[in-house]
Amino acid sequence: MGYFYPPYRIKSKTVKADTNEQALLKGLANNDSKAIETIYKDNFTMVQSFILHNNGSYDDARDIFQEAMIALYEKAQSESFVLTCQIKTYVYSICRRLWLKRLQQLGRYSNQVDNLDETVPVEEDLDLHEKRNAEFAIMDRAMNSLGEPCKSLLEGYYLKKMGMQELASEFGYTNADNAKNQKYKCLMRLKKLFFSQYNIGD
Amino acid sequence: MDDILLLEAIERYLNGDMNAAERTYFEKLRKDTPEIDQMVVEHSMFLHQMDIYSVHRNLRHSLQATHVKLLERGDVNEGGELTTKGRVVQLWNKYKRVTAIAASVGGVIALIISGLTVYFSPTVNNSQIQQLSKDIEVIKRNQQYQGTLINEVKSKIPENARLISGGSGFLIDTKGFIITNAHVLKGSGAIVVNSKGEEFNAIIVNIDLEKDLAILKIDDTEYEVLKSLPYSIRKANTELGEQVFTLGYPRNDIVYGEGYLSARTGYNSDSLTYQVQISANPGNSGGPVFNNNGEVIGILSTRQAQAEGVAFAVKSKNILRMVDELKNSDTSIEKIKLPVRSTIKGMERKQQITKLEECVFYVKAFNK
Repeated sequence: MGYFYPPYRIKSKTVKADTNEQALLKGLANNDSKAIETIYKDNFTMVQSFILHNNGSYDDARDIFQEAMIALYEKAQSESFVLTCQIKTYVYSICRRLWLKRLQQLGRYSNQVDNLDETVPVEEDLDLHEKRNAEFAIMDRAMNSLGEPCKSLLEGYYLKKMGMQELASEFGYTNADNAKNQKYKCLMRLKKLFFSQYNIGD
Repeated sequence: MDDILLLEAIERYLNGDMNAAERTYFEKLRKDTPEIDQMVVEHSMFLHQMDIYSVHRNLRHSLQATHVKLLERGDVNEGGELTTKGRVVQLWNKYKRVTAIAASVGGVIALIISGLTVYFSPTVNNSQIQQLSKDIEVIKRNQQYQGTLINEVKSKIPENARLISGGSGFLIDTKGFIITNAHVLKGSGAIVVNSKGEEFNAIIVNIDLEKDLAILKIDDTEYEVLKSLPYSIRKANTELGEQVFTLGYPRNDIVYGEGYLSARTGYNSDSLTYQVQISANPGNSGGPVFNNNGEVIGILSTRQAQAEGVAFAVKSKNILRMVDELKNSDTSIEKIKLPVRSTIKGMERKQQITKLEECVFYVKAFNK
C-alpha cells in the first residue's frame, strides 16, 4: 500500500495550521454551515480536477470529496486534534487515498495518478474513518429495514430528540405510555438488527 | 412492562436525568446485578452509536445542500455551461458597487482634465489639423502599397489592388471551373495559383451565400485544359467514420491533412454540412474533402474555434445542386460538366495526391 507514497513525496510539516484555518475547523466541528461552505468552496475544484483526470466522473468527485469532508469533520471533532498541515493538503491527501482505493476496488487502476502535489500520511485517520463509515452503514441498514412507524418513531425520539408526549400526538397514539410501549418494541428490534451486524463487523 | 421501565431508567441514568437519591440507588443496583450492569454498558454504547449516526446523517445532508448551493451559484462546476455565466454574474454582483464608484470617479476626472485641456491649450487652426491628418493617411496608404508590391512581385493581381483573403479551391470541370467557398471571395476579383506556383486570372461565375459556395472560371491563355479530372463528386451522403483527407493552402505551399467524418451534420445540426475531425487552418476553406476512393464528399468551410480539430465541410451534393440551378437559371454560361468517375480508386495515397495536386488551387481574392 505504501506504493502510492514514495518517500520523497512525504514532507513532514510541523507547522500548525494558521489561525484562519483553525477557526474554520472549529466551525466545521460545530456544524457551522458557513464554515462548511467555505471549506467546500476552497477545496472542491482541486479534488474534482484530480478525480476527473484520473478516470473519475463528476459524481465520483462529489462522493469522494464529501467523504473527505466527513473525515475532516471527524478529525476536527476529536479532542486530541491538531492539524499539522493546511486543510487543502489534508483534504487532497484523503481524497487521493480514497480514490486510489476505489479505483483498485473497481479494477480500473490507472497509471496516470502521478500528481506531484504535496500529500501527508493519512492512513490512520482513514482507518478510523472507515470504521466509522462501516458503523454508519450498519445503523443505516438497520434503520431502513425497520419499516414504519418504527423508523420514524425512533428517529423522532433519538435523532430529533422529541418528547414522548409530542411523539404520541404526532403519531396518533392515545397516550404517551402506548407510544413508549411501541418505541420499546421498535428499539429492541433495532438493537437486535444493529448488534447482529455490528459484532460480525468486529 | 418491567423491561420497559428498566430501559427507561437506564436511559434516564445515562442522560443524567436522575436525581442524587435515584442515582445512588441505581448505581448500587448496577453493582449488585451484573445483568443490569451489562445492559447499561450495551445501551450506552448503542446510544453513542445513534448519536454518531445522527450527526453524520445531518452532516451528509448539509454537505449535499452545500454542494447544490455552490453549484447554483457557480462556485463549483460540474461540466454545465451555466456556471461561467453564474461566475460573471457573481463577480458583477460582488463588485458592482466598486465598479460604479470607480466609473463615476473616472468620469469626473476625465471631464475635469478635458475641461482644463480646452481651457489651457493654445487655439490652433482647425482646418490645418485636418489637412495634416489626411497627409498622414496618404503616407500610410503609400506604405501599404509598397508592402503589397514587395509581397507580390510579378503577381497577376492588378496594380493598386490589395490582397484581402485567401483560401483553397478545386476544379470541377477540366475547362477551368473551380469551386470554392463564398466567404473566400471577399473582394472584387480573384486569381488562382496552382501547386506549382503558376498564377491564373479567374472570373467569378456565381456565388451562393446560402450554401457558402462559389464558382470561379479560369480566364487565362496560359491555362492548359486538363484531359480529365481524377476524382468524382459524390452524390450520396457519406457515413460516419469514413476516412477522409484534404488538400489545401493554409500557407503558400499545398498542405495535406487527414481525418474522419465525425458527424452527419455540421455546427448546430446544420444539415448542409458534415462535421469532420481534421486539422484545418485559415486557408483551408474551399478545399476538397476526399474519401479513400477519390470521391469529393465535401468542401472544407469552417472550424469550431473552441475545439481542437473540429471542422465543418459543405456536403458535396450541394455542388451538384448549385451547378444544376446555374444551368437552369443562366443559359449564357458554358455548361459545366462535373467529373463522374474517380480514376484513383485503390491507389496508394502518395500516388493519389500526385494526381490530385494539380487540381487544387490557391484562391487569392483582392480588392481594386
